[in-house]
Amino acid sequence: MKFQLSVYADAQGHEAFVTTARQAGELISGHALADPSISAVVRVLDGVVTVTDGPYARDREHVTGQYVVDCESRERALELAALLPGGVEVRPLMDPAGMEM
Amino acid sequence: MSATERLGDLLRELAPQVLGVLMRRYGGFEECEDAVQEALLAAAAQWPGEGIPDSPRAWLITVASRRLVDHIRSEQARRRREVVAAVQEAPDAELAPAPGEEGPGDRDDTLTLLFLCCHPALTPASQVALTLRAVSGLTTAEIARAFLVPEATMAPRISRAKQRIKAAGASFELPPPQERAGRLDAVLQVLYLIFNEGYTASSGPDLHRGELTAEAIRLTRLVHRSLPGDGEVAGLLALMLLTDARRQARTSPDGALVPLAEQDRGRWDAALVEEGTALVTTAMSTSSLGPYQLQAAIAALPVQAPRAEDTDWEQIRILYGILGRITPNPMVTLNHAVAVAMTRGPRAGLDLLESLDDDPRLARHHRLHAVRAHLQELAGEHAGARENYRLAARLTTSLPEQRYLRDRAAALDPGNGRAPGETG
Repeated sequence: MKFQLSVYADAQGHEAFVTTARQAGELISGHALADPSISAVVRVLDGVVTVTDGPYARDREHVTGQYVVDCESRERALELAALLPGGVEVRPLMDPAGMEM
Repeated sequence: MSATERLGDLLRELAPQVLGVLMRRYGGFEECEDAVQEALLAAAAQWPGEGIPDSPRAWLITVASRRLVDHIRSEQARRRREVVAAVQEAPDAELAPAPGEEGPGDRDDTLTLLFLCCHPALTPASQVALTLRAVSGLTTAEIARAFLVPEATMAPRISRAKQRIKAAGASFELPPPQERAGRLDAVLQVLYLIFNEGYTASSGPDLHRGELTAEAIRLTRLVHRSLPGDGEVAGLLALMLLTDARRQARTSPDGALVPLAEQDRGRWDAALVEEGTALVTTAMSTSSLGPYQLQAAIAALPVQAPRAEDTDWEQIRILYGILGRITPNPMVTLNHAVAVAMTRGPRAGLDLLESLDDDPRLARHHRLHAVRAHLQELAGEHAGARENYRLAARLTTSLPEQRYLRDRAAALDPGNGRAPGETG
């Protein structure tokens, strides 16, 4: 099962997580994000492109980094997330496969 | 079958045999497995141009042994001492089978390797990856592709699995008799995981994952040949064949999931149905009953009926009842509830579902809500069914399942003129 781990704290103190997930063959990818103040939001309405500076959601807190892991279970994903600083959102990725019902 | 496919089949068949020979001669699973993998890569590169050698097995053993010796020479002193000692200790290992064991045969090698790769020190995901590499002879890149992860993720998973086996002190021999049943359960579970990974993958671009289904069946056939009297091995093989028989009919041309009742029975594979049914019938009459046999027997019933409405639901209900007693788990109860609904009316099925409402294992699981929606739809409770289809659609992490559940909900919209069941 694949999960995205979104980190909200400062992008520091990730070593334990990265080492553990990489050595176990669970880490797929990861990146740190720049400050949302230098983001831009692009919208196309009736063929007209508008660009607005700043983040999409005007939340107080923003994601500072994201990882994608592939692990055994939700429990294991939560265990890995606990190695990261601050609050971490653990969100499953959709699977392109499925079972008929 | 193309020449490439024939070559692939040949290499997959020989991989565990060659690894078995090396393990008996030299020991050291990690080193031997790496050497065999290199020999397989060399064969895949050379044979298409130079032709397949007269004895492909001997060729692979020679090349793999040479690679192993090369590695031993280039390794650090500590490791060198270990492996050289193993080489010196076991020159005649191949000729001297363990007491009580018949002469080493290729089939037994495959079984022994499966036991080793499905060692209890490993997680199921690692057991699966290691089995595909060491027993099936797939490359790390192929396994990574099949599981939709980068090679850089799969490689450490496999090497860590090998290190764990080494650390656990596991050796290349069949587990002692008192452990064998439990260890065989783990092997069967891994084979079933490989099968499901391939079966749930949709058609088309996910070709590599679909091949896992064929590989799981091939490996299970090998185990069945080694242990013909084991009812659960036969049951698992039957379950795979009966499930795989529906593969062509389970998705529509645009990739949407088609529920069992609405599948085009003409597209089911009659030969697989026949073989699977015969296997499970024999198993159930000759060995003690187990969960794989029961699941295979259940899977055999809908595929034997000429039309969906001819399905023997009473028999399915009874079999799920027994399965629930042997291996109580909420997923079995869900399926049991469907069978109850089909024989005693949707209300009776819905009542049985209520017993699952407090089960923490299902609290966030979409299947409970999907089944409830289905039974409510059968009971004519369309508003409730729509709600539960939508709830299930939010909870599933499968794109095709989500699409199916949303379509079912949309078909029940008051503004929708279509009769429920027309979409699917």
